[in-house]
Amino acid sequence: MNPVRRLGRAGLNFFERLGRGHLFLLRVLLNVPGQFLQLRLLATQLYSVGVLSLLIIGVSGLTVGMVLGLQGYYTLVDFGAEESLGQMVALSLVRELGPVLTALLFAGRAGSALTAEIGLMKVTEQLPAMEMMAVDPYRRVVAPRFLAGLISLPLLAAVFSAIGVLGGYFVGVGLLGIDGGAFWSQMQSKVDFYDDIANGVVKSVVFGFVATWIAVFEGYDAVPTTEGVSRATTRTVVHTAFAVLGLDFILTALMFGGI
Amino acid sequence: MTTQSLETAEALVELRQVSFGFGGRKVLDGVDLFFPRGKITTIMGPSGTGKTTTLRLITGQLRPDAGVVRVAGQEVSALDHAGLFRLRKRMGMMFQSGALFADLDVFENVAFPLRAHTDLPESMIRDVVLMKLEAVGLRGASRLMPAALSAGMARRVALARAVALDPMLMMYDEPFTGQDPITVGRVMKLIRELNDNLGLTSILVSHDVKEIMAISDFVYIISQGRVIGQGSPAQLQRSDSPWIRQFIRGEREGPAAFHYPAPDYVEDLLA
Repeated sequence: MNPVRRLGRAGLNFFERLGRGHLFLLRVLLNVPGQFLQLRLLATQLYSVGVLSLLIIGVSGLTVGMVLGLQGYYTLVDFGAEESLGQMVALSLVRELGPVLTALLFAGRAGSALTAEIGLMKVTEQLPAMEMMAVDPYRRVVAPRFLAGLISLPLLAAVFSAIGVLGGYFVGVGLLGIDGGAFWSQMQSKVDFYDDIANGVVKSVVFGFVATWIAVFEGYDAVPTTEGVSRATTRTVVHTAFAVLGLDFILTALMFGGI
Repeated sequence: MTTQSLETAEALVELRQVSFGFGGRKVLDGVDLFFPRGKITTIMGPSGTGKTTTLRLITGQLRPDAGVVRVAGQEVSALDHAGLFRLRKRMGMMFQSGALFADLDVFENVAFPLRAHTDLPESMIRDVVLMKLEAVGLRGASRLMPAALSAGMARRVALARAVALDPMLMMYDEPFTGQDPITVGRVMKLIRELNDNLGLTSILVSHDVKEIMAISDFVYIISQGRVIGQGSPAQLQRSDSPWIRQFIRGEREGPAAFHYPAPDYVEDLLA
């Protein structure tokens, strides 16, 4: 195939897949309201997608908060502003690092697992078997996982930020000797609920939507072979990373202005 | 039984002039197949000749490129999603791999269609599941997870699950492959009993000649997308068609090629 043709084919494939992904999303969304009638399925998925991700989110939040505390202190101390460390740590986490890093970790921990699970269900004919039994896989398999991801990610991001602040407190107040009262009061006065926390929550909801959509679509659309599932799992992590980082820039520009 | 008499005997499933292809390769090329009510009909043929594809056309998982597929008088490709699901509730299919749900144990796998489509009380679901598992000899394995089953056992659980809703049509995709000789005998007996006692119509896809000849009422032989032979097992045994004889006796030499098309062997080695 000559290069021009190959380029054309790649372009067509890309747009075809994009269309398939959106039709897939539409079918998933139509099945989301029904999930509240099968709460056991949703609870199972909330456990495996959300609860089992808590450890990696907690540990990462703690270390990121501690590093922020350390780096922030050495910059702020030059200006005699080390008491603003609480504000700096909290704003960094709530506005940016919490939602973004949680989404990236979520893609690696839960997203890849969702893709592999759904892909393997396809390989082992579990999805066709379900269709044969007149049970819609969108309703039984895809929608509960999608909704679980959508609910879990904002909560995980909140946990990440909260533990991160504690990490910053531990380093700043516990190890470097900043006044504890100043740490908290600076944070309290400078972190706005709507401008900072609510915007961070909006970001994490958007990331949760996109990350879970990519994960379940890649699984459902995987070529039903060993190699197909492995490629789909890789694509989930890579595409989610690109999507989250790209969307983060757009959302930041919209929310915090400046452009 | 000839094709004409099969058409007149009321067919539950019929495929007329059906063609189907994957990416330019024709898998089925204008085939006519009729599956009469209450009988066990087998589709036989070498690997990759469209046997499983035929089952998927019947269940509406695939749509034919040309021709008509009818089940119980309904044209499958004309049904909408809801209509297709209504029809599928009356069909059972035993997949080649078993296709058990890996996150559910044996009991829950068999209970799955009952829970999805009936409002039966738990005690009745339990009784139905245990009866179906007893029939396939796996009542004692009801709390095992699919990963703990052998391939043969998984297939038998899949059989119990497929008949859980007492369908009108049962389809078996390679039911004998990978089973030990004792189980093959039991599965054959089970297929026959289910068919006759419940008044089912059964369609088998297989290439285990000996078993097929013993169990089937009527056999189609498909090769390269076409029906190359059909008849009752006795008629096929007597057939003098070289195609049919090669397949039934498993002869390597004959009209059906063993080798994939290739350039001359000696030239290829010396190249």
